[in-house]
Amino acid sequence: MSLLRIENLTNTVADKPILKGLSLTLNAGEIHAIMGPNGAGKSTLAYTLGGRPGYEVTGGSVEFDGQDLFDMEPHERAAAGLFLGFQYPVEIPGVSNLQFLRESLNSQRKARGLDPLSGGEFIKLAKEKAGLLGLDMEMLKRPVNVGFSGGEKKRNEMVQMGILDPKLAILDETDSGLDIDALRVVGEGINAIMRKPDKAVLLITHYQRLLDYVKPDFVHVLAGGRIVKSGGADLALELEREGYAEVLA
Amino acid sequence: MSEEVEIRDAEARAAAARAADYEHGWSADIEQEFAPKGLSEDTVRFISAKKEEPEWMLEWRLKAYRHWLTMETPDWAKLDIPPIDYQDAYYYAAPKQKDALKSLDEVDPEILRVYEKLGIPIEEQKVLAGVEGARKVAVDAVFDSVSVATTFRRELEEAGVIFRSISEAIREYPELVKKWLGRVVPMHDNYFAALNCAVFSDGTFVYVPEGVRCPMELSTYFRINAENTGQFERTLIVADKGAYVSYLEGCTAPMRDENQLHAAVVELVALDDAEIKYSTVQNWYPGDAEGRGGIYNFVTKRALCQGRNSKVSWTQVETGSAITWKYPSCVLNGENSVGEFYSVAVTNNYQQADTGTKMIHNGKGSRSTIVSKGISAGHSNNTYRGLVRVAPQAEGVRNFTQCDSLLLGDRCGAHTVPYIEVRNPSATIEHEATTSKISDDQLFYAMQRGLDQESAVALIVNGFAKEVLQQLPMEFAVEAQKLLGISLEGSVG
Repeated sequence: MSLLRIENLTNTVADKPILKGLSLTLNAGEIHAIMGPNGAGKSTLAYTLGGRPGYEVTGGSVEFDGQDLFDMEPHERAAAGLFLGFQYPVEIPGVSNLQFLRESLNSQRKARGLDPLSGGEFIKLAKEKAGLLGLDMEMLKRPVNVGFSGGEKKRNEMVQMGILDPKLAILDETDSGLDIDALRVVGEGINAIMRKPDKAVLLITHYQRLLDYVKPDFVHVLAGGRIVKSGGADLALELEREGYAEVLA
Repeated sequence: MSEEVEIRDAEARAAAARAADYEHGWSADIEQEFAPKGLSEDTVRFISAKKEEPEWMLEWRLKAYRHWLTMETPDWAKLDIPPIDYQDAYYYAAPKQKDALKSLDEVDPEILRVYEKLGIPIEEQKVLAGVEGARKVAVDAVFDSVSVATTFRRELEEAGVIFRSISEAIREYPELVKKWLGRVVPMHDNYFAALNCAVFSDGTFVYVPEGVRCPMELSTYFRINAENTGQFERTLIVADKGAYVSYLEGCTAPMRDENQLHAAVVELVALDDAEIKYSTVQNWYPGDAEGRGGIYNFVTKRALCQGRNSKVSWTQVETGSAITWKYPSCVLNGENSVGEFYSVAVTNNYQQADTGTKMIHNGKGSRSTIVSKGISAGHSNNTYRGLVRVAPQAEGVRNFTQCDSLLLGDRCGAHTVPYIEVRNPSATIEHEATTSKISDDQLFYAMQRGLDQESAVALIVNGFAKEVLQQLPMEFAVEAQKLLGISLEGSVG
């Protein structure tokens, strides 16, 4: 069964049409990569699926795990299992990562009819997931993303993903700003957390290099607000070699 | 009188019924005994007689009243204060006096129920219920102007700490009261302080003797519960040489149709090496979403750091009241004395707050820290107003001030008005100020992780106010965090 089915999606941002009839289906157990030139609408797709205010849906439909995605508020989408890894993770001064994540997780659990995790249970979970991404627990005690380097912010996003344990992760340029070592750690983290039969990943990236670590089952090219070409992992190599202009010509 | 009481109770119940969206909007059903309406020398005499006060106290009140008549309402604050008809209010209301209470069992169950509704922390409820081994937080219950229960008095007495209603203290410790009352805030200090001196109904007196560390945190819950009753609390806390005391003041009020004046005076005195920590969570009725009703909170709070190395720390979380006019201050007379002011002020809808502090550095080497966090939402206006003054003889003074404002929406106002007067060149004065908005990025980020909008706002606001909240005693901090969220409900989106 498809986990995410996008059909003919159109939207506007500040009255400007960005997505122009985008269709895409992700099944559980699959990893899809979306590549494409600057301004193609990649981040817009991520924000629209997340439900960011200002990203106005004007047509089409999105079904997530059997539900109409646009019937849900952003926090309800999160509770339903949709996680958005931000290209630019946001700073929240004065709120520790641990507090932020515990409240988020317990809020999601509540929406699913589960009991909240106790402080002890949560710390244990956080330690495990932080270890996976090579992030010090001390980092989790610091305010959310405040004073983090670019690489730390991205790793922190992955720790959040590990703790929240979503069904679908939409990762918006998670590889940008990472050095080679961090890239490997993050790639392995994505595999460990999301490479499971009941989960799916939508990787938005400019570069092939992340795909060396996270092998996609499908690669799509997004241009002009639509998926214009789809293929297997080889397509990413071809794009890297020849550039969008050549491949799309 | 009883007929009038019945009518008022009916009104109060009706008001409570209308209070559906105000969490603490209810009116308890307790019989009142009112002073005649209006303000005159007779009213002052009535109050003094009710309190069985000595002659000197009455004279003091009358002197203040006569002075008040010559004064005018201050108009320098950034507040729009509707004219107040002082003749159209009651100045005294008290629960009907039965015999003096000997134990908590004798407390009116209605009052205990009231505490429950107020969400008093469970530990303190245990204390109230007399559970053995419960944390020792003494509650001097000021209910509608009169203290009706004082717990742990004996243990405090063993430590030598005097913790009384001010009325009792006037009768039992006249010399102590006489020595300090009006020393910190003179009766002619300002309009509202003078009014308070004339008609103060009750309040708290604390004396911690030399070298004594008060064995528990002291707390008072204020309630305003009679329609149209001005409240004039009077608090005096004296920490003798080397003494320490932490005092918590928390308030919430029932739904109100009419504006209600509250003009309290709080005086603190710290002698050599003494320390007083005074924490307030204020959640009085702020008026409805259209700005109707709500409490006027015109309070004078001041500390005298009289002794060497004395220290006073004010921490306040102000979320309630329609209008707040309040500047908890420190007069730092003692050498190396320390004053601190940590404040979170939240305004929403049509609330107005003009609040801040004065740090008056008269002593050599005195230091002060000011951290003010203003949060404005809706159509509200939130002003920080602060004075740092360094006297010519005060060598080596240090001050650090940080004023941060957070805006929610685009119809509210945040204002910072610092006054700095330095007459000694050796002083080091720092002032930092920031203004920011809760960004859409922050909100969306938090919501994408699973928080609904109101939880997300509460989380971000609590992060903004963290430096102040962490100054509060633990159980108070939890209450305050919840309160910040509740106060801002519906302010975004």
